[in-house]
Amino acid sequence: MSTLFPLVAKGAITSRRGKVLVGPVDLTLDGRGTCVVIGPNGAGKTTLLRLLHGAARLTKGSITWACPTEQARHNQAFVFQRPVMLRRSVEENLIYPLRAHGMPKAEARDLAQNWAERVGLQEMLRRPAPVLSGGEQQKLALARALIINPKLVFLDEPCASLDGRAMREIEAILHEASSNGTRLVLSTHDMGQARRLADTVVFLLNGQVHEQAPSSKFFTAPETPQAAAFLKGDIVE
Amino acid sequence: MVDLWDGMSRAFWLVVTLDAELVEIALRSLQVTLIALVVASAIALPMAALLTVRRFKARRTVIAVLNALMGLPPVVVGLVVYVLLSRSGPFGVLGLLFTPTAMVIAQVIIIVPLIASIAHQSLRDLWAEYHDLLISMNVTQFQKISTLLWDARRALLTASLAGFGRAIGEVGAIMIVGGNIDHSTRVLTTAIALETGKGDFALALGLGFVLIALAIVVNLAIHWLGRTEREGRW
Ligand SMILES: Nc1ncnc2c1ncn2[C@@H]1O[C@H](COP(=O)(O)OP(=O)(O)OP(=O)(O)O)[C@@H](O)[C@H]1O
Ligand SMILES: [Mg+2]
Repeated sequence: MSTLFPLVAKGAITSRRGKVLVGPVDLTLDGRGTCVVIGPNGAGKTTLLRLLHGAARLTKGSITWACPTEQARHNQAFVFQRPVMLRRSVEENLIYPLRAHGMPKAEARDLAQNWAERVGLQEMLRRPAPVLSGGEQQKLALARALIINPKLVFLDEPCASLDGRAMREIEAILHEASSNGTRLVLSTHDMGQARRLADTVVFLLNGQVHEQAPSSKFFTAPETPQAAAFLKGDIVE
Repeated sequence: MVDLWDGMSRAFWLVVTLDAELVEIALRSLQVTLIALVVASAIALPMAALLTVRRFKARRTVIAVLNALMGLPPVVVGLVVYVLLSRSGPFGVLGLLFTPTAMVIAQVIIIVPLIASIAHQSLRDLWAEYHDLLISMNVTQFQKISTLLWDARRALLTASLAGFGRAIGEVGAIMIVGGNIDHSTRVLTTAIALETGKGDFALALGLGFVLIALAIVVNLAIHWLGRTEREGRW
């Protein structure tokens, strides 16, 4: 069913004013499981996610899908590190991507109601999204991404400003989405979360994929000393 | 001082007795300006949105030109419209010179750059906020534009009101293309100019107060509409 994958990046580089931000990246994503991207601040996690998503300019190399790029774009969503709220009600934020995909209004409303309940925002459907708390905005952004039932979702530190309970709720939703066949690519600073969610781990350092391994292997026996140091919580240069 | 007082009392009586000529002139002012406002907004707002989301080579130039056109001298606009509409001009056959339509055309040309420039500024701010999300959602150009226009509607209302203010107080262009013809193209501003010329300062002042009152009432009415809409939704 999943015609998007594999996603293949070959020597992909994104640069700004001649300075390479990320790359060259060689990466293959098949259609299953959750890929967690970790690395220190400024390593290029956000940029890598944007690059794969098609939101950052590909300066060099190639990124190809198993289907036409336009179709691939249509089947993915992105949850930003800093949530972007439309200046509309919570409900209309949820409905927006559905309407953009051409779903009738009544159907979209039902689905929005459903998702608001799943992320615990059902009491706030009529409230303007920009006045929600940071955590509520993140939940809304997540629901708005998953509501179109995408085949692939990029999540850039989706739990950064959530408390423990909200994080559990979000992780449960992510687990469910993942077991329903949605491929997740997620960046995080929380090693506990990385362990809980990851099937594969991509360790970024200075804009390069420093190490890429199945999660079981990466967390028990990282190959590079930098990855081992990062896992111990040491400062990695 | 006497003139001011005299003008105010004359204006007061003209208004409370609903002086037929005053009402006619005021209504024509309102009609011409509101039509010009609707037409100009229909042109300027989508144009501003397009300039916000489309990246094309001449974009910066177009924006700079728009900003410069904000300061377009109305008299010159009037002159150009006059030449275009005059019997020997390219649109002479339409017979529009010295009609309210000609006045609407002149006003539209004067306020489109103003509305578009102000609208573009607020749309650009909103676009900076929305850009990543809408790009990520892979929405069409049309959806981007309609989303921006809808979500910035309150700021756009302010832009349109600025256009309204400029249009209703405009006299130079309207005088030239309308001709200030009694019962046909006379509006508040041209009537004021006429009465001032005739030396009837009191009446001119009275008309001036009516003009100001009209502008304030329309502004308040539109703001009030905007507010009830917001409270109703949120
Ligand atoms: N548009 C840009 N122009 C210039 N430099 C940029 C741009 N975007 C990102 N960078 C730089 O690229 C590097 C990688 O940034 P990125 O946001 O991808 O890091 P990150 O791993 O997500 O960091 P964090 O953990 O803090 O979120 C940083 O040094 C950043 O300053
Ligand atoms: Mg980041």
